[in-house]
Amino acid sequence: MTPVRAIIAKELRSAFVSPIVYVVSAVFLLIFGVLSYLAVVNAGSQAVRLMQLQGAAPQLNLNDLVFRPTFYSLAIVLMLVLPLLTMRLFAEERKLKTFELLMTSPVGVHEIVIGKFLGVYAIFLGLLALTGLVPLVLSFYSSFDWNPVLTSYLGLALLGGLFLTTGVLASALTENQIVAAFLSFGLLILVWLLGGVGVVLGDTPAGHLVSYLSFIEHFDRLVRGLVDTKDLVYYACGLVLMLFLAHRVVESQRWK
Amino acid sequence: MIEAHNITKRYGDLTAIERVTFTVAKGEVLAFLGPNGAGKTTTMRILTCFMPATEGTARVAGFDCFEQPVEVKRRIGYLPETPPVYQELTVAEYLTFVGRIKGLGAADLRRGLDRVVERLSLGDVRHRLIANLSRGYRQRVGLAQALLHDPPVLILDEPTVGLDPKQIIEIRELIKSLAGSHTVILSTHILPEATAVCQRVVIINRGRIVAEDTPERLSARLRRSEKISLIVKQPPADLAARLRALPGILNVFEATDSGALLLECALGRDLRDEVARYVVTNGWGLLELKTVSMTLEDVFLHLTQHEEGLAGGSQTQAAVQIEEPRNL
Ligand SMILES: Nc1ncnc2c1ncn2[C@@H]1O[C@H](COP(=O)(O)OP(=O)(O)O)[C@@H](O)[C@H]1O
Ligand SMILES: [Mg+2]
Repeated sequence: MTPVRAIIAKELRSAFVSPIVYVVSAVFLLIFGVLSYLAVVNAGSQAVRLMQLQGAAPQLNLNDLVFRPTFYSLAIVLMLVLPLLTMRLFAEERKLKTFELLMTSPVGVHEIVIGKFLGVYAIFLGLLALTGLVPLVLSFYSSFDWNPVLTSYLGLALLGGLFLTTGVLASALTENQIVAAFLSFGLLILVWLLGGVGVVLGDTPAGHLVSYLSFIEHFDRLVRGLVDTKDLVYYACGLVLMLFLAHRVVESQRWK
Repeated sequence: MIEAHNITKRYGDLTAIERVTFTVAKGEVLAFLGPNGAGKTTTMRILTCFMPATEGTARVAGFDCFEQPVEVKRRIGYLPETPPVYQELTVAEYLTFVGRIKGLGAADLRRGLDRVVERLSLGDVRHRLIANLSRGYRQRVGLAQALLHDPPVLILDEPTVGLDPKQIIEIRELIKSLAGSHTVILSTHILPEATAVCQRVVIINRGRIVAEDTPERLSARLRRSEKISLIVKQPPADLAARLRALPGILNVFEATDSGALLLECALGRDLRDEVARYVVTNGWGLLELKTVSMTLEDVFLHLTQHEEGLAGGSQTQAAVQIEEPRNL
């Protein structure tokens, strides 16, 4: 077994004996359930109104009425929930001094960082897969375009990856798990708000740059079913940058 | 096997260790002896590549700790000051994880696991969560972790801290059994521990090496004589001279502050009985009579008092300082 796989296995084991994963999963799935329920009810009442106006059964677009708003809300929920999955990764190792074991074993810091990230990423993908039940069930009762749903899931998977790598970085910066969680909330909300700043700056080069830095517009296109290389590059770069920074931070702690 | 050459480590303004130089031969067990804050952990962290030295070089098994850390790490088993255990895992799960990150294959891992479980008597707790183990068991799990991949070099930071006397003896026996086949450095702040298990002792204080010798020579130097402290109510003027004439007494000093006399006797002779009788029969009034043992603390006081004078001197000189009687 390679060190990275050993670290992934250990992270999964540790995650599932702590209550955090269960609480986070339960809350996350509950919120997702409520969000999709509200979206479906809302779509239903719109359908009734349209029927009264037109007198005939309307062509309802589930993609616009249900999935898109649900996935947008889900992105925000992820921003609040995922830092809780990453907060302990490095903070706890340092607090409990097991960090010394990792750093004196013949594994590279990059392997430790990647192993820890992939461990939580696997948990997150599992959760995301569970949310797939909602479109699956809806597909039995109604027809919709699967394409934007699938690209939305791609978007969520990438967005979640970016949030988790940010969390890994935050956890590497401190010994305190609460501080790590707040640090990643803060970072993510700042990057999110850059979208708003971009809008304020308007159609200027600075405005474009700032908007590009926020994950909003990249997520937005994927949710609308558009797969653009530009957006994929954004996520890839973001992920690699965060992991690289986490690597530097972990490495630098040895020098203090 | 291990060579530290002029290693210095500064944490900001604080110099934790300064120009520490020593070598450990293959198969040797070396004790790093010093009070808390002396720089033992710092030195060990540098040797295990946990952190780089500010200055100087360290080599383990011929590999430079800074240039080839992975090669060094492969050859070292390290028990940090706090056993690096994951509470949420069982002993077997934990050791399996350690084996994997140390790069053991499945078969080696199984064999290594059985070996350390047997050696450290962990059989009963093999499938227990580490969170539920006592301090002594955790320490043993930490040691098992260091021994798991059968490294040629072992670095053990205070391996017997927090253990009960029976466990301490077991661990010391274990370390002794490693001598010859393994190169071991262990740190301790307990002098008898160093002398009990090690072939050589390095005494470190405030980040500097102040003495280095075999335990026999060191303890011989420390205990060249037995010392007795004596307080007499109405001492005759020539009491010191009279005592000196008693058989077995090598020397007599006057302690300036307490008015006590310090009698130095030949090694292995307890003259308290004779001295008491002598004082009482002469009617001088015996107030106090006790043996004075030279504690590690005394040694350090002693060594550090002479620190300035030592700056340019050799370590042999430092060791010689111990021989001189202490001026109470
Ligand atoms: N990470 C650190 N940052 C700042 N100072 C430290 C750090 N680690 C140790 N020190 C200081 O370095 C000195 C030596 O510490 P240490 O090597 O732990 O001693 P020992 O293990 O012999 O008790 C002490 O004064 C300690 O306070
Ligand atoms: Mg220490």
